[in-house]
Amino acid sequence: MAQKIIAGVTIDVNEEGYFTNPAQWTKEIAVEIAREEGIQLTDKHLAVLDFLRERFSKGEALTIRSVGNSGIIDIKGFYGLFPGAPMKKAAKVAGIPKPASCV
Amino acid sequence: MKRLLILGAGTGGTIMANKMRKLLAREEWDITIVDQHKTHYYQPGFLFIPFGMYTRQDVVKPKTSFLPLGVNVIFQQIERIDGPENHVVLKDGISLKYDFLIIATGTRVVPEETPGLTGPLWHKNIFDFYTIEGATALAEFFKTWPGGELVLNIADVPIKCPVAPLEFVMFADAFFVERGVRNKVNISYATPMSGAFTKPRASKVLGALLEEKNINIIPDFYLEKVDNERKVLVSYDEREIPFDCLVTIPVHKGDQMIGRSGLGDEMDFAKAHKYTLQSDFFPNIFVIGDAGNFPTSKAGSVVHFQADVLTENLMCAIENRPFTGSFDGHSNCYIETGFGKGALIDFNYDTEPLPGSFPFPGIGPFGLLKETRMNHYGKLLFRWIYWHILLKGKEMPIDSKMTMAGKKM
Repeated sequence: MAQKIIAGVTIDVNEEGYFTNPAQWTKEIAVEIAREEGIQLTDKHLAVLDFLRERFSKGEALTIRSVGNSGIIDIKGFYGLFPGAPMKKAAKVAGIPKPASCV
Repeated sequence: MKRLLILGAGTGGTIMANKMRKLLAREEWDITIVDQHKTHYYQPGFLFIPFGMYTRQDVVKPKTSFLPLGVNVIFQQIERIDGPENHVVLKDGISLKYDFLIIATGTRVVPEETPGLTGPLWHKNIFDFYTIEGATALAEFFKTWPGGELVLNIADVPIKCPVAPLEFVMFADAFFVERGVRNKVNISYATPMSGAFTKPRASKVLGALLEEKNINIIPDFYLEKVDNERKVLVSYDEREIPFDCLVTIPVHKGDQMIGRSGLGDEMDFAKAHKYTLQSDFFPNIFVIGDAGNFPTSKAGSVVHFQADVLTENLMCAIENRPFTGSFDGHSNCYIETGFGKGALIDFNYDTEPLPGSFPFPGIGPFGLLKETRMNHYGKLLFRWIYWHILLKGKEMPIDSKMTMAGKKM
């Protein structure tokens, strides 16, 4: 199991940099990971991260469409917040495992 | 008289009707199954239709042929489930009381969800093959198509049978080679995932296969709309893919009735516990197969394995015992790779598809995660197994729990 020091805290991550223990996540850490991804976190970002973390904790599937239907932001906006691969980036910043999108 | 009510007479509902009728005494239990359609489709067969390998007749049979005696069958649309009152209201206003309810209403494709998909080119240059109408229209189109840009696009996941789109492009490769026009057909596979498949090792093997067959993978492509005039697919991050023939795997949703009943997620998939299969909302409601929000494949093999667990847990609930059945997410798929060969994958919630032999370690006869002729015969044989063994809920020589025996780490 790999470890990484983010914002002065030691975090358990997998080989792709995703958290293996979502309980280690804090907002400060999120800001730091986002910066590594070239993203400056805003309240909108944080609202999306909270939504993803909550869904993850309930064991629900994480999909781009579910974010688009969340009422927080539409899909286009989600791409704006996390350019390129929004779900993968957002999951990384949210401190949850990479979504197993298709199963 | 107690009542077990099953909603949906597809693969899951039919298997459960057969299994439960054997277990529940007829003088104590009334079993009723409701479905809006009278025809049972062998959905894995849809893949073969566009290439003229199967016709409509090969994949349809009446639903009633597979339901046991002693089960009431009602063909009627379902309006909603009233969980607190333990009854289901049908379209014509009839109300059916239940003691236990099984939701097996499956999933449906919703091409209307994507702007432009069902525009002027629908079933002219744009086809789906997840419906009998789409599959047969595409078969007609391919008969005279001179070639061009053939694009397969997965609009979103989850989808039914995640390997079917891969099989489609590999079949298309073989089909156009045999027609002698492969040099005029450019095949692309545009997917919202980051590779050919979800699970890493299978994705690598299948991705290499596509490459070998000169099929172009376009990963991380998340479809926003289809421009009919310019014949291009447009993604949310504004990339474009031109097409002459678009084969779409549209957005999938659960039955709208699940949403109306307040039992689903935002895609109308019924929320249920992934191990026990019990609804998140009511202890006497259970969910099986594509209708549920389970994080595993939406596929007949999953339904078949879930049916064993559901039977066990339903009996636990009926007899007031704690649940003893636990579904591990087991999925098992034959993958047609064209030219008379096939691959096979076997996996669950926690274990990705691995190479090896199946079902007997070291012997097979099927090879896991590799191309063999035997795997192709397995797939063809499966149609017979489906109609004669699987739907009737009879025993198969494959355990519902995945086993590591025969798999190589």
